[in-house]
Amino acid sequence: MSKYKSIRFINGKISFLLDRKAALTFFALFLVAFTLFVVSTAIGEMKINPLTVLKVFAGSGPEMETLIITSFRLPRIIIALIVGISLAVAGGILQGMIRNPLASPDVLGITGGASVAVVAFLALFSDESNALTVSINWLPLAAFLGAGVVAFLVYFLAWKNGVSPIRLVLIGIGISTLMQALTTLMMIMGPIYQASQANIWITGTVYGSNWNNVVTLLPWAVVFLIIAFAAARTINIQELGDEVATGLGSKIQRQRFFLLMISTALIGGSVAFAGGIGFVGLMAPHMARRLVGSSFGALLPAAALIGGILVMLADLIGRTLFSPLEIPAGVFTAGIGAPYFIYLLFKTRNA
Amino acid sequence: MLLKNSALRWGGLLTSVLLLLFFMCASIIFGYTETTLRTAIDAFTHYNGSNEHIIIQTVRLPRALIAAAVGASLAISGVLMQTLTKNPLASPGIFGINAGAGFVVVAAITLFSVSSLQAFSGLAFLGAAIAALSVYAIGSVGREGLTPMKLTLAGAAIAAMFSSFTQGLLVINEAALEQVLFWLAGSVSGRKLETLVSVLPYLGIGWISSILIAGKMNILSMGEDVAKGLGLKTGLVKICVGVIVILLAGGAVSVAGPIGFVGIVIPHITRSIIGIDHRWVIPLSGILGAILLVAADISARYVLMPSEVPVGVMTAIIGTPFFIYIARKGFNAR
Repeated sequence: MSKYKSIRFINGKISFLLDRKAALTFFALFLVAFTLFVVSTAIGEMKINPLTVLKVFAGSGPEMETLIITSFRLPRIIIALIVGISLAVAGGILQGMIRNPLASPDVLGITGGASVAVVAFLALFSDESNALTVSINWLPLAAFLGAGVVAFLVYFLAWKNGVSPIRLVLIGIGISTLMQALTTLMMIMGPIYQASQANIWITGTVYGSNWNNVVTLLPWAVVFLIIAFAAARTINIQELGDEVATGLGSKIQRQRFFLLMISTALIGGSVAFAGGIGFVGLMAPHMARRLVGSSFGALLPAAALIGGILVMLADLIGRTLFSPLEIPAGVFTAGIGAPYFIYLLFKTRNA
Repeated sequence: MLLKNSALRWGGLLTSVLLLLFFMCASIIFGYTETTLRTAIDAFTHYNGSNEHIIIQTVRLPRALIAAAVGASLAISGVLMQTLTKNPLASPGIFGINAGAGFVVVAAITLFSVSSLQAFSGLAFLGAAIAALSVYAIGSVGREGLTPMKLTLAGAAIAAMFSSFTQGLLVINEAALEQVLFWLAGSVSGRKLETLVSVLPYLGIGWISSILIAGKMNILSMGEDVAKGLGLKTGLVKICVGVIVILLAGGAVSVAGPIGFVGIVIPHITRSIIGIDHRWVIPLSGILGAILLVAADISARYVLMPSEVPVGVMTAIIGTPFFIYIARKGFNAR
């Protein structure tokens, strides 16, 4: 049996190779993600039978459980899933585009820009007694704007007859450190109450998500994820290096701008609703690479599922393990992700 | 590359030493309590116990020396890390050093209510060493031994793990956040001279051996195969470099807390000035790192007078524009 299976539609006008092993891994990851989704909905302050959960999904569950699941648990879990997927895909794109295994949303300063915007928002719109003078619902918008502005600033500063990956990432590091410095400065200058509120946001949490968040984030993420998967093949070519890619007929600058825009959109959307959840964007693509190989057609979907699993699991642990205390999901993404990643590193040590 | 031959390079090195001395003098003179150069000299020659003299001897001098020593150590360990991992984005932080130190200190505050700066120093070194050793161990598994890729990935994973545990402890315990926020941003104020003296042996060994190993680093940077072909014992060199980085960066974090940016930026700036020969890059980056940190520390006193800003914040604010300028001008990225 060959390693690949070729698939053709419309008399061969659309065709691609399906990596059998990758497809199998993808299927297994999908099962894990789905099981986790159900289990995560079932566990909480009130335990619900997983079968009941499935019934509620089908629309025929008991009233009490339906209420709890649909109004409290589901929006939060869905946000966690979307955020994990978005961050992992964005991280994968950035690593391929920049050709550096350390690239991630944090390194380019995009998350940092959002943090500054959030801390500034908390500081500017608070009155004497630390109460917010405007609605907290504006916070996601502030975070999104911060992320967007910084992404364009980095791109603009890195532009000089085109953008080279190394210049992009070095300027990204500069800007991201500057953003961290500004965040710390504002946290130290402001009252401690604000600092701890900002700290929770910076760690990243999906606490208090509601259906409005889901309705705003879902279409945004879905659109950009589809574009990202469609653009995956251009990353494969970019990974070969600028000269080879240009020689193969790739419009490298245009694609680079396009890819950066996709990842900024995905990151911006997820930091807006979940804060600076770290690790997923950096490590999910590496985990995927060790499971399905480095072709982006297989890597991005696998990374997406791993990202979703990581954030859902982190949130599940965060809200149940120390109940009634809520630990932000961002604390556990690395806590559970890092040991698994080290295990993978160990398993593939001779590869 | 700005300085193309040996004479110019010696000149550059000398100029930067003079510049460092100038900034250190400035660091001793300027601050909330205004003093003059005259008073500063008197403080050492004709000590009379006045307020100014006490401040200069017990506050300003240790501060200037600590800033210079820490800046130099961070910059040199940054150069070593970037060559070892063959990654221009690497910094001592990639070894998990800052994250490990931060975690142990925060854990000591929240779980065992330790609160003295002296105790932080030893704990930070311990945390840095534990994190770095585990990164090194994980990076070396497998047939090929330590490869840049495995080291980088293991380091990134360990660093992320420790910093997320730190965040977790801080989210649970808000009181600790207030206590540790200043330490976590990195600062050279309020340290006694003894803190520096206790880590100086480590730093000194690190500085000297980094200069001794510079020639070997040049060969290592040509790649594993070439280096081996030229007869370099690459495994041994990598272990030495690892130990030096732990000494330098661990010592720095134990004195001043995690100060980012110096270790990543100064090596790039130095290479754009003096080329890629490690025998020049290592000494010059040490001096430039010291200058950046001393200058940042001076400005940290003035931004929010009379209270102070952590020096880690100022290094970023001062260094970034300069760094972006150099990154745009183009340099030997490696």
